Amino acid sequence: MIRVQLPYHLQNLARTGREVEISIEAEPRIGSILDALENRYPVLRGTIRDQITGERRPFIRFFACGRDWSLDAYDVLLPESVADGSEPFRIVGAMAGG
Amino acid sequence: MSGVRVLVGTRKGAFILTSDGKRKNWKISGPHFAGWEIYHMNGSPADPNRLYASQSSGWFGQIVQRSNDGGEIWEPVGNNFAYEGVPGTHLWYDGTQHPWEFKRVWRFEPSLTDPDTVYAGVEDAALFRSTDGGHTWAELPGLRETKGHLWQPGAGGMCLHTIILDPSSHNRIFVAISAAGAFRSEDNGETWQPINKGLRSSGELPDPEAEVGHCVHNLAMHPSLTNVLFMQKHWDVMRSNDSGDSWHEVSGNLPSDFGFPISVHAHEPNTIYVVPIKSDSEHFPPDGKLRVYRSRSGGDEWEALTKGLPQSDCYVNVLRSAMAVDTLDSCGIYFGTTGGQVYASSDSGDSWVAIARDLPAVLSVEVQTLK
Repeated sequence: MIRVQLPYHLQNLARTGREVEISIEAEPRIGSILDALENRYPVLRGTIRDQITGERRPFIRFFACGRDWSLDAYDVLLPESVADGSEPFRIVGAMAGG
Repeated sequence: MSGVRVLVGTRKGAFILTSDGKRKNWKISGPHFAGWEIYHMNGSPADPNRLYASQSSGWFGQIVQRSNDGGEIWEPVGNNFAYEGVPGTHLWYDGTQHPWEFKRVWRFEPSLTDPDTVYAGVEDAALFRSTDGGHTWAELPGLRETKGHLWQPGAGGMCLHTIILDPSSHNRIFVAISAAGAFRSEDNGETWQPINKGLRSSGELPDPEAEVGHCVHNLAMHPSLTNVLFMQKHWDVMRSNDSGDSWHEVSGNLPSDFGFPISVHAHEPNTIYVVPIKSDSEHFPPDGKLRVYRSRSGGDEWEALTKGLPQSDCYVNVLRSAMAVDTLDSCGIYFGTTGGQVYASSDSGDSWVAIARDLPAVLSVEVQTLK
């Protein structure tokens, strides 16, 4: 199981807690995690990445294992500790707005 | 027993204010969708318990919420607003062309007859329609083909903020866009024509009488007099007696003809309301006095309505979608401010009370009269 942590507003939108678990058959990549997350919670489509372009929304960031993955390509392989659930994949609403 | 439901969209959530037909005591529910911007909520004339809400965020984009029970329970529906075909470009601030990019829904206008059919006015300006209760959306691209390459964003963005469905001609739709102008369709949104003749935007446009490009802030129409349209333009209050084919100014004795909303009395087609704002540089009421102005002659002659409104040190704004009327026998007028107050008058504007005083900045106000 892969652990995904959501920001407050997306927890409310998906009517779930801070952390959800998803399963992916292949090795986890950013794109495959987002695909699985959106399939399980369709209401999140468009809130993390643009529905038309597929690009990460500007004030959304991805963190895992103490590293910012926001600028990495969607097909970059994530660490084994994300795959085995010992570390969460964190989706974060960036501090912005003053 | 009649009643009133006031739908208030704010910068930080939605609020629903309800009262019986006396409109003395109000119950406030909310915030719904706390922390999100609610640009607009609106109810279906065919089923008043069917509501649509535009929930958006600079972080998380656009969500469309729908209620089937008057706002007790909400469910997210479709939020995929894909422009038809190649989106193309519009005029940008620096004179170059800029790609069309969806940002948010500014307005929902449910069909007059079908609760599952609803129009959405969006930024960057376009008109979408859903016929399945908001689950899927399809653009009516003929609008953007009406010289869309010459439209440009105003300070608030390039938004389609006004949609009027003509009850006397079911294929006729009016929309208004900042800063493109007003447009009319006679074939249910398939094709459009600009209706901006007579608007003058000297100092705002290189050609002050351009066919498109005018900064129209709001349109209003009375359902029994559908050839007459009223407009609050950036500057100027305007009137058309021929469904928008031509416009003439009716600002008359207003202290300022800059403003955002304009509304028509529910039972008097020539009684109209505006909220004058000092200028495009200073978005607050002239002299710190919050005054609604009423004309009972369809414009030109205006009277200040002040009873119950702050008459000193008031520096709020009233945004374009933040005024509405009910249809009770004694017509109610409602408006919300950027200071978080919602004012109501149950006597056509003669006197006012604050029915909510400390909400987040109000973006929109709609009223449902419940039988």
